[in-house]
Order: sequence, then C-alpha cells, then structure tokens
Amino acid sequence: MRRWFGLPGLPMILPCLVAAVSLLVWDLAVRLSRSDLFPGPWQVALGIVELMRKGLLIKYIVASLYRVTWGFGIAVLVGIPFGLFLGWFRPAYWAFNPILQALRPISPIAWIPLAILWFGVSDAAPIFLIFLASVFPITVSASAAVQNLQPVYLRAARNFGLGRVQLFRRVILPAALPQILTGVRIALGVAWLVVVAAEMIAVNSGLGYLIIDARNAGKRYDLVVAGMLVIGLIGLSLDLLVRRLERFEEVSWGYASH
Amino acid sequence: MSETVGESRESDRPVVLVRDLWMTYAGRRGSEAVNVLEQIDMEVRKGEFVCIVGPSGCGKTTLLNIIGGFLKPTRGEVVVDGEPLQGPDPRRIFIFQEGGVFPWLTVGDNIGFGILRGRKADRDRVVDRYVEMVGLNGFERAYPRELSGGMRQRVELARALAANPEALYMDEPFGALDYITRFKMRSDLVRIWQAEQKTILFVTHDIDEAVQLADRVIVMGRRPATIRTVVDVPLPRPRDFQSAGYLAARDQIFSAMGINPTTGSEFS
Ligand SMILES: Nc1ncnc2c1ncn2[C@@H]1O[C@H](COP(=O)(O)OP(=O)(O)OP(=O)(O)O)[C@@H](O)[C@H]1O
Ligand SMILES: [Mg+2]
Repeated sequence: MRRWFGLPGLPMILPCLVAAVSLLVWDLAVRLSRSDLFPGPWQVALGIVELMRKGLLIKYIVASLYRVTWGFGIAVLVGIPFGLFLGWFRPAYWAFNPILQALRPISPIAWIPLAILWFGVSDAAPIFLIFLASVFPITVSASAAVQNLQPVYLRAARNFGLGRVQLFRRVILPAALPQILTGVRIALGVAWLVVVAAEMIAVNSGLGYLIIDARNAGKRYDLVVAGMLVIGLIGLSLDLLVRRLERFEEVSWGYASH
Repeated sequence: MSETVGESRESDRPVVLVRDLWMTYAGRRGSEAVNVLEQIDMEVRKGEFVCIVGPSGCGKTTLLNIIGGFLKPTRGEVVVDGEPLQGPDPRRIFIFQEGGVFPWLTVGDNIGFGILRGRKADRDRVVDRYVEMVGLNGFERAYPRELSGGMRQRVELARALAANPEALYMDEPFGALDYITRFKMRSDLVRIWQAEQKTILFVTHDIDEAVQLADRVIVMGRRPATIRTVVDVPLPRPRDFQSAGYLAARDQIFSAMGINPTTGSEFS
C-alpha cells in the first residue's frame, strides 16, 4: 500500500494549506477580539495594495535588496578567500581565529551607533552592518571546510604531482565548496535579518524604515504588518534561491541526499 | 599466455630498496612513543607483485606510507630507482586503505585526474581505455556516491593506472569488500598487472589474498613489526588454490605469523 505522504506535489500543497489555515485563524482572532488597532489579513492585503499604488513597495524592496546585495556581496568576496586562507595556513588561523570568535558574538545591532557615527545616515551604514553580520559565518565556514578536508584527498592529489595552484583549484576549492555554500546560505539569512533592523534606525527608506514610519506616522498597523509580511516572503525567496544553488553538481555531492 | 610463472617476469634491478628502516611515532602528551617498525630490510624488483602481510595494527600502512614518500622514517632509508626517496611521485601511485576517490568528480573525471599533460582528446582516450579495463563502462558520468564499494575501488585503480605509473602501492584496497567481490577484484587485478607490466606492492592482512596474488610475500610480525620471513610463491597464474604449492606457501605464512593453519590457534 502506498503511504499517503508519497503523493506527488505534497511538498507544495502542505505549506500552502498551513498558510491558508494561519490566515483563517488570524482573521478569526481579529474578528473575535474586536480590535480596531490590530489589522486582519484583509486590511493588510489592502495595505499592500496601497503601498504598491504609491510605488513605495517596489521602491523600498529595491532599497533593502540593494543594501543587502552590497553588504552581503562584499562579505562573500572577503569572507571566502579569507576563510580559505585561514583554513589552509595554520599560523594565520592561530593569529586571527581568537579575534574572529570575539567579534562574532557581538550583535550587528550593537554596532549601529558606531555605524551612524562613522557613516552618518546613509546607505553605507546599513551596508556596513550587513557586511559585519554576514562576513563571520562565511569566513568561519570556509576555514572549517578546508580544515575538515580529508587528508587522503590531499595525499592522492600530491601523489599525482599537482602544484600548489592546481592543488587549490582542483582539490581544496571543490572539496570545500558544499560547506562554504552552507555558510553563505546562513549568512544571507542573517544579512536579511540585519538590513531590516538597520533601516529602522540608520536610514529613511527600505522595508525596515517602512515599518517604523508606518507606526510613527499615524499608527498604521496594517502597513506595519504588510511590511513584516513582505520581509518574510522575500526572506523565503532568498533562501529558496540559495537552495537552488545547492542542487548544482559542483556542490550536491557534499550534501546527504534525501 | 595464461601460464605465466611469476619469476620469469622479474628483472634483478630492485625498484624499491628499504634499508634498516625504523619508525617511532612520537606519543601525544602523557602517552608513550610507539615503536612501529624495527629494522625493516626489503626490496621490490621491477615488474614484481609483492604482498606485505601482517596482523592488524602492526605497521603495514606506516611502512607503505614511508615507501610512498608521505611519511619520514625515524631511521633508515628508502632507495627508489637507485636514488634516495624524495617524496610522493606520479611514477608510483598510492591506492589508499580509506579510499581516495574524489567525491566531487565523476568517475570519468576521477580517472582522468592524474593525466596532467596532453590534449583533451588523448586524455579522453586514456580514460576510456581504463574505464573499459576495470569494467565500468556506462558509469563514466556517475558520481562516486552512486557506486558500490567495489566499483569505487575500481575507479581508484583505473585512476592510478591512467597516470601511467611504473608502480602501484596498494594499501588493503579490497579490505572493505565482501568475500565474493574481493575474489573477483583479485583476479581482475592479476589480469591488469599482467597486461600493464606494473610493479605492485600490495598490503593486506589476508593471508589467502597474499598467496593468491603475489610473487613474493613479506610477512611481518606484531608491533613493533619486524620482517619475520619472505615467502616465494613461484606458482603459475591463474592459480589453483587447491594445489600443493599453494597450500604449502599458505602454511608457511601462517606458521611464520605464529598461527596454526588448520586450527587457527596461536602458538607463537
Ligand atoms: N599518526 C600516528 N600517530 C601515532 N601513532 C600512529 C599513527 N599512525 C599509526 N599509528 C600507530 O602505529 C601502529 C601501526 O599503524 P598502521 O596503520 O601502520 O597499522 P596497519 O598494519 O596498517 O593496520 P591495519 O591492518 O589495521 O590497517 C598502530 O598501533 C597505530 O596506533
Ligand atoms: Mg593499514
């Protein structure tokens, strides 16, 4: 007998079902509590439409994504080479790892005052914060990936007479790639988390700003929740995008298949 | 030419010469240093198939790693082709006990990995040839995780052969395989060795495996390992595993290791 969860399409249907039920519960809860401040799903939908009509939605999404692209992009460009270097060259690891581990637990939010002091109320402040937030997971995963490399692969490669450059290009990098990508995925999640927080304080555009602005200017909680919803949906899309990358053959060998 | 006598292939020139080799692993903090090898003298001649047998943990991998150039001995020297060993060399390819096939490359790319020079078309031709030789046709584009353990060993063997080395150093390559598969792999290895004229130094803890494969069997004792004896196996191939010569060689190795060949009890 075929088990019911072997049905095709179920991985798509189930989450939609859960989302629909959540909306229903939300709607009921708002109706039953007769709250006039907290919006129901319908009001939030109207809020989203209103934002779209004013052209604010696209503008704010673009603003937020722009900051993430820069901050996260620089973190990738810095973190991967730096992490690979730390993983490969022991003395560098000894030298830098303690300071990395000390900086890492400082929440990017704690850097906001310094970011404003250094960069003022400009795009550079949130970009800096996003960079800070995402560079650590990327660096750590890249260096760990190199350190976790099975010695037998290095021996085999050396046996075939590969030089340093070849060894790096044909063994170290491909072997480390799956774990690096996992770090990149975590970092992107953190980056998105931080852009919203940063925009609440340091700038006057973006989805984080939308939320603060909607509350301050007239307690528009429908727009607050609309902003939250959009943030969540974009976060989901970003994660799906990186998961797509995990299916490439260059990295898929490194993940347990299911 | 199925009736080749091992000795007829040997030339007298030793390709590997091990002289008075000692190995001690420095102990970790608090634990003592481990003496693994003591006064090892041995040689492997060109085209020869030599097996090293010894109990688990006696130092076979250590010895092969030293000969392969991956590890420096505490004392003594290894001379290869008349010169002191410098380090790993593509002319002598190691096949690892733990399996060294790269999981991020397909079977075809693994096999072609060690071909560093030449045009792509030539490389492809060599890859095809060894895919064929180890019987992996149709799996060129598969990834190692999609293969069985025996198939992965074949990939590693083909990868080594495709680099056209003079010698293969094989560290218990069939140790993780089931009985039937090992049997098949051995006869394939002998076939390939005869066709390719390589020198093979093959480590195993399986006495039958050694007698089935080798021209000569080097028998090591418990740690710290010395060479107990060297048993010649001048039997024609393919070998008859019931023949008097086979059983005699087998008994000789068993008793050199201090084990009764019929009851399995140790007498030492
Ligand atoms: N890197 C190391 N540091 C310290 N001791 C080691 C190291 N490698 C091996 N040894 C010790 O040396 C001894 C011999 O190990 P080796 O791997 O050479 O044995 P082996 O004969 O290949 O065993 P097996 O048949 O199980 O593969 C073992 O007792 C092991 O504990
Ligand atoms: Mg071993």
